[in-house]
Formats: sequence, C-alpha cells, structure tokens
Amino acid sequence: MAAADLLQFVLSGLSVGGIYALVAVGFVTIHAVTGVINFAQGELAMSGALAAAVLAAAGLPLPFAVAAAVVVGAAVGLVVDRATVWPALRRRRMGAVADVVLILLTIGASIALRGLALAIFGSEPYALGPFTPGAPIVLAGAVVPRQTLWVLGLSAATMAALALFFGRTQVGAALRACAMNRDAAKLAGISPARMSALAFGLAGAVAGLAGAAIAPISFATYDMGLMLGLKGFVSAVVGGLASPPGAVVGALALGVLESLAAGLVSSGYKDAIAFLVLIAVLLVRPEGFFPGGRLRRV
Amino acid sequence: MTTAVARAALPSIILACAVAPLPFVLGGYALSLLIVIGLHAIAVLGLSILMGQVGQVSLAQGAFYGLGAYGSAILALHGGLTPLVSMPAAVALAAVVALALGLPAVRLGGHHLALATLGFGIIVFLVFNEEGDWTGGPSGTLGIPPVAILDATLATDRAYAYLVWAVLLTALAAARALLASPVGRAFRAVAASEVAAAAMGIDVARTKLVAFVLAGALGAAAGALYAHWLTFVSPTAFGFETSIEFLVMAVLGGLGSLYGALLGAAAVTLLVEGLRSVVHAVAPGATGWVEIVAFGLILIVVLLAVPEGLAGGVARLVKAVRRG
Repeated sequence: MAAADLLQFVLSGLSVGGIYALVAVGFVTIHAVTGVINFAQGELAMSGALAAAVLAAAGLPLPFAVAAAVVVGAAVGLVVDRATVWPALRRRRMGAVADVVLILLTIGASIALRGLALAIFGSEPYALGPFTPGAPIVLAGAVVPRQTLWVLGLSAATMAALALFFGRTQVGAALRACAMNRDAAKLAGISPARMSALAFGLAGAVAGLAGAAIAPISFATYDMGLMLGLKGFVSAVVGGLASPPGAVVGALALGVLESLAAGLVSSGYKDAIAFLVLIAVLLVRPEGFFPGGRLRRV
Repeated sequence: MTTAVARAALPSIILACAVAPLPFVLGGYALSLLIVIGLHAIAVLGLSILMGQVGQVSLAQGAFYGLGAYGSAILALHGGLTPLVSMPAAVALAAVVALALGLPAVRLGGHHLALATLGFGIIVFLVFNEEGDWTGGPSGTLGIPPVAILDATLATDRAYAYLVWAVLLTALAAARALLASPVGRAFRAVAASEVAAAAMGIDVARTKLVAFVLAGALGAAAGALYAHWLTFVSPTAFGFETSIEFLVMAVLGGLGSLYGALLGAAAVTLLVEGLRSVVHAVAPGATGWVEIVAFGLILIVVLLAVPEGLAGGVARLVKAVRRG
C-alpha cells in the first residue's frame, strides 16, 4: 500500500475522530458533574445537524445556521436534563434512585427525540454545504476536503475554549467542584441542579456544533444520533470517562482505527470496530487510558 | 420440598388454566398475537430479573433473541438437527456466549454491562447481515423446519401456542423457585448494595454473571421458538430496536416482577399492534414515528411516575379489593 493511501486513511479518520471528540467531551462533562451516562448524547448532535441543514436550506447564511445548531443542541440538552435526570435526582435525595433507572431514563429520552425528529423531518437525509466551498487540498498525495480542516479546527478550538472555561472561570470551577463531591459543593453554595442543567446545556451545545460540522460530510438524518452517540461514548470510555483530553485522544484514535479498518479490511464491519475496541478496553483496561483527568469523580 | 415446589408452580398452574381455552377461542390474528406475547414474555422475563432483581442493564436482549433464532435455524438447516434438539443446543450456545461476554463485564461496577452489551448487540446485528453463507444476509433465511414431536408436526398456530406458553409458564415457575432460593436473595442483596453484599460473603461478580447468563438463555429460547414458528428469520427482527422494545416491556411491566414481565410483554405487544392499525387508519403516511415516540415516553413516564410498573399497580388493586 502506498504511503499516500495510508495518509489518506489517517486524515479522513482524524476528521471523523474530531466529531467523535466533540460528542465524547459532552459525555465526560455530564458524567463527571451528575454521575449520569447520557445515552441521548448522539441525539443532541442529531438535533444540531438537522437544525443547521434545514435552516441553511431555508436561506439562513451558513454561520448563523451553525450558531443555531449550537443553540438548538444546548436547548435540547436542557430539556433532556429537566425531563429526566433532574426529577430523578431530586427523588434520589429522598430515597434511592438506582443507576439502572438513570440509564433507562436517558435511553427513553434518546428514543423520544429520535421519534420526534422522524415526525418533524421525515426519514430523508438533509444535505448541508461545506463551510467553505472549493476544491480539496492535496497534501503529499492525499486529498483533504476543506470540511476536514474545519472539523479539526473547530474541535481544537472547542477543546481549548472548554479547557479555559473549566480551568479559569468561576462557573467552570463550580462544575469541577460538583464533579469532585456533590455534597461538599452544595455546602459551598453551589446548586447541583443548576450545575446539572449547565453540564447538559454545555454538552448539548458542543454536540450541536459536532452535528453541524459533520452534516456536510455525511448528511443529517433523524437516526444519525445512535451511531454518533455510541462512538462518542466508546471514545469517552477509552479515555477513562473522566478526562476531556483523554476522550479527545480516544476519539481521534477510534476515528483513525475505523478508517484504516474500513479501507484495509472490510467496510461492512466498520461499525463493529468501535465495539470491539470497547469490549477490549473493558477487558484489559476498564479504567481507560487516562483515568486521572481534571473532571474527576470521587 | 414438595410444598416449595408447589408454591413456586401454583401461579403458573392457575395461569395455565386461564390461558388453556384461549387457543380454541381465538383464531387467526388473535392467536398469532397470543404466541407473540408468549415469545416476548419469555425474553422479557430474563431481562426483568437481570434489571429489577440484580440492577444490571442489558441492551443486547434482542441480540440474544437473534442468537437463539439464527443458532437453531442454522443447526437445523446446516446441521440437519431436528428442532427439538437444535433449539436447546442454540440456547446452550447463547448461554456460553453470554458467559464469555459477561465474564469481563460484570467484574466492573455500574453501567459497564450496559455498555458492553450495547456494543455486543451491534456486532451481532452486523454478523447477521454480513455472514450471508450462514445467515442469508440482509434478506434472511427461509425454510426453517417446523417443530415436530414424535413425527407429529406442530404446524398449526393452536398447537404452537400451547408449546410457547408451556415453555413460558415453566420458566415462570422455575424463576419463582430461583428467586425464593439463596441465589434469589443474593440477587437482591447485590442490587441493594454491591459493597454490603460482598461484605456478607456474596460473590458479586458471579451473582451478576448468573443473572446475565440466565437472561441471555431465556432470550435465546424465545428466539429459537420464534424461528421455528415463522420458519423464516431476517436480521431486522433482532436489532437495537428489538432490545429497546424488550427493555420497555420490562420497565412497563415492573422491573424485577416475574408476572410483570408477562404483563409488560402483553401490554406493549398489544399497544404496538393497536398503534399500527390506528396510525394506519388516521395517517397512512406516518412513518412509524408514533411507535418510537411512545416507547421513549413510556420509559420516562413509567420510571418517574410509576416505577413499580403494571405489576405494582395490579398488586395495589388486589390489596385494595381484599381490604374491601
């Protein structure tokens, strides 16, 4: 195999991995702050993708359509929190709410959102133009679509912004406090309910951006959330479910691995790669590869 | 001992008497619904024990349903086994698969089994689609032999309904006996607190594994019965949506309740059929979204408002009637 082919696979893998990273960071944030695995994370990305595609098709300039995707993702994230996790956690204060209930609640939210999207938008795929049109860039024999550069750039910028937010702002510190010890955070005057809403809104905004960024590559459909959510989730587990940088590394590695497997082995089993990785990681390194991140749960 | 057996079997015997005339009363479509409810209830029973009694989520019950169906179909078609042999063999194979998957996953706490089963379910679905030589690929496998007992073929739905419900009621009685045994107490101890259970000397991982293998085996048993009833299987019947449907049945019936599994299976099966005909009549163009939204909302509303499900509701009703 030519080196150019290899480079091609790696580059397209990195581009998909950048999307997984945006989804995975939301998983990590929500899990750290609330202890919930949000199975509806992919549907937040789907909401953003459909919003951007539909609004752009209706004539809204692209930057505004992408901004709308971020807002819609955040809004849907807030709704998921208020409709499922918030009432359940409120009950947890009074009695026990098993993990199984929290997991099932977010699964319920993901199914309901998928069904609503099917009702509103139907099952046909929606196209969104690339953020900057133009011929792909040729790099050492590999063809790089411009959207790939957008995805990687947006992912990097978002990660940097999130790092600043968590590390340097008061609200970010409150979120981290809630992740470390919810009861102690409460004693310090931080409202866990508000932090939970913030985590879901933040995760939704980032996922909405991910949806808008991937729509020009793979269309927006009502059922795109399932796979996106699962892949983002596997990335987060590989990274240790606790560390945003770990999740990003996991996402990029997963994207490249999938792309290589699809190109070199069989494209039919491309989607199986993520789950083989998941089961392998659970087997040999259940704590992930970056367990000691900043958003640590105690 | 005999009283314990009788106590475990009694509700099943009462149910059997109640259901026994139905295959003669019901015909055609209603009879096939009775069979489908029985099949679903077998699969949901295992899942409900796993989730409600042990506190573990499996998102692969649809995949185990498929492993039983394809496993028995392949053993019958390619291995030349009679269905009465191929069905238990497929269940045993599925149990081994559950053991292999569960062994690493149950050692970890919390949500790891949910995750591992999620991935496993998707891989199994891909295998059903890709391994066309064995499974017939996306279009499925035709010509699966019907069940024959001593040369008498159970070709009619009426006979098959008795077979399915006999398996279901036997499984219910066995599950009732199991939950009353030390194993059942270990299940509930693990669900209440893994740490406390371990401190009492319960092997937490092994307990979870037992429940997971049991759930997988029951799912496979239902699938094997399904395959030899329809004599046709295709991958779409065993995807993620099927796992979710079983999940909804277990939650609606009441997590951990044995008879709730039957109630949930019946309620969701009838609801889906009802929705289909209503939607078809009202809005022929609606593309199945009503069903999807309904599933999602049922999960959320039941878990938040009536976590004990239909079984809890029925129990409350019985108590109220007794009190007068």
